[in-house]
Amino acid sequence: MTPRQTRVIGFVAFAAFVAFVAVLPSFISDFKAQQYAYVGIYLIALLGLNILTGYTGQISLGHGAFMAIGGYTSAILMAGNEQFGGSVGGGLQDVWTIPFAGLVAGLVGLAFGLPALRLSGLYLALATFAIAVALPSTVKRFDEFTGGGSGINLFGIDELTGSLSGEVDILGRTLTYNDWLYYLSWSIALVAFAGAWLILRGRTGRAFRAVRDSETAALSSGVSLARYKTLAFGISAAYAGVAGGLYAIANTFVNPDTFPVALSIFLLIGIVVGGLGGLSGLVFGAIFVYFLPLWAQGQDLGSVLPDRIIEETQRPGGPAIVYGVVLILLMFLIPNGVGGIFRRVGQLIARRRYSRTE
Amino acid sequence: MVVAAFADFMQQVVSGLASGGVYALLALALVIIHRSTGVINFAQGEMATLSTYVAWALITHHGWRYWPAFVATIAISFLGGVATHRAVIRPVERGSVLRIVIVTIGLLIAINGFVVWEWGGEPQALRSPFGTDTYDIGGVIVSAHDIGTIAVALGIVLILWALFQFTKVGLAIRAAAVNPEEARLVGVRVTWMLALGWGLAATLGAVAGMMTAPTVGLDPQMMQAVLIYAFAAAVLGGIDSPAGAVVGGLLLGVLLNMLSYLTQYRLFDWFSEELRLPMALLVILVVLLVKPSGLFGRPEVKRV
Repeated sequence: MTPRQTRVIGFVAFAAFVAFVAVLPSFISDFKAQQYAYVGIYLIALLGLNILTGYTGQISLGHGAFMAIGGYTSAILMAGNEQFGGSVGGGLQDVWTIPFAGLVAGLVGLAFGLPALRLSGLYLALATFAIAVALPSTVKRFDEFTGGGSGINLFGIDELTGSLSGEVDILGRTLTYNDWLYYLSWSIALVAFAGAWLILRGRTGRAFRAVRDSETAALSSGVSLARYKTLAFGISAAYAGVAGGLYAIANTFVNPDTFPVALSIFLLIGIVVGGLGGLSGLVFGAIFVYFLPLWAQGQDLGSVLPDRIIEETQRPGGPAIVYGVVLILLMFLIPNGVGGIFRRVGQLIARRRYSRTE
Repeated sequence: MVVAAFADFMQQVVSGLASGGVYALLALALVIIHRSTGVINFAQGEMATLSTYVAWALITHHGWRYWPAFVATIAISFLGGVATHRAVIRPVERGSVLRIVIVTIGLLIAINGFVVWEWGGEPQALRSPFGTDTYDIGGVIVSAHDIGTIAVALGIVLILWALFQFTKVGLAIRAAAVNPEEARLVGVRVTWMLALGWGLAATLGAVAGMMTAPTVGLDPQMMQAVLIYAFAAAVLGGIDSPAGAVVGGLLLGVLLNMLSYLTQYRLFDWFSEELRLPMALLVILVVLLVKPSGLFGRPEVKRV
């Protein structure tokens, strides 16, 4: 396939996916729509993390912390923090807080990217992990700004669209609250997807990949490590911030446990399962991250698996065993993630076409 | 007054050394695996917890005495470590580093689930083999368990050092870790040496777990915080330096105890138990920013 054909196929596939996302809520229950809203939110975070880890080669074990920064930014801008003794009045409608969530997290990411320049590999992983570990107690410590351990409640306030009435009027249509969440998170996720594609296809993306493949070689071809590493951190954190803001809205509250250390690890699992250095596989990474814990508890699988197995895994500890074993098996079976399968299929088709024209 | 303050101070140092000894053992386990496999084994803490539960089950359910159970646990852990490498690590060894990392995270989750599934989530008591006596040495009150822990930790480190330094197997393990291709050429069975490394790491973890359980109580989450401290200690010392791991672990243990101790003074009263973990990480971040390859690590030299 010529690059042009690949691009045309890419556009068609993306358009088909957009159409699929648009009609999906008509075919699934209201509750499922809410679950898929979370899948969209995870997708945004995974896109961001993959820009940093998959494309630029910088491992982050702390992306949950950037989500938390976004989530708290949104929550404080909506509800304000005067009730805890803070000085932010709040009052911004939920949707408009999302750009700020991305901006604040992005700036923190840029600032963190500077010291992170000195670290690489495991040392960077530890440094980012430190942020994720330190965040909950830091949030509790500054309780007049963040509401401390009990967090900030958003349910039922005017700024959270539709949370009381359960319905949202938009573009002349009335959506249920969950469908609204679904469309909100997926429209942002699709824009984020296209944005990531645009960033990565050009000069910037090439520089990112050069840094990942060999820092020394990148440097000697005139790629500024400092500039592109901090840039990758900034963009990646901004994505996480947007995801965090949406998470706060969908979750209707934030507290220190909303963004636990495990979240950062789940995000890393998501990009490896989805495929490092690819974008389309991340949709499956997001589905995996959201649904596998539920499936491991036997949810949705009652009709597929025999009752005895479901019962065994219902015992405390059972779901964790299933989760861990499935994760290990996946790493055996699809070494390059779902994205790797996509690439493989593409190559096979290309080879067949090629040999036919010979 | 000065004497009393000094005794107080020394007491903190001794108990810091005891918890630091545990960090050092687990950090050493991380270093051994990092040198051979090139990854941080996230499951190291859970493997240690599992070993400790095995010891506890032998003693409580099967009526074993402590030291036979200790030795049996070490043997079982060693075989378990070797088996883990053969079964789940070797198949993914050739892929990207992140893939191995995810496999160890999978192991972490699965082993933790297994412990809860088999023995339940409630805390259990594992008694200390050294008893509950305390000794008064010149005004410094130290517990027998602390002294025993320090002694066991030092003993294990010495045995390991002798193994690596003076035996053929030790030399082979080191060779396999440093340069697998050339080691293979001179007849070292590299994959088995790496598996041995995993076995040794599991053994170290088992000892760390059995030394931790009497003070903090045995429960499925017991080693999770310890693993983070060990990770921090290993990075502090330089992730490829065994000596660094030991020194890093001891330093970290003493440092954290000092911080808790200093909260009685106004200058440090902002410090609370909650901030113990973030503080440990902050200290290490600062060290890393000044010396990116750790206290004892050598800066990596890259060839293009």
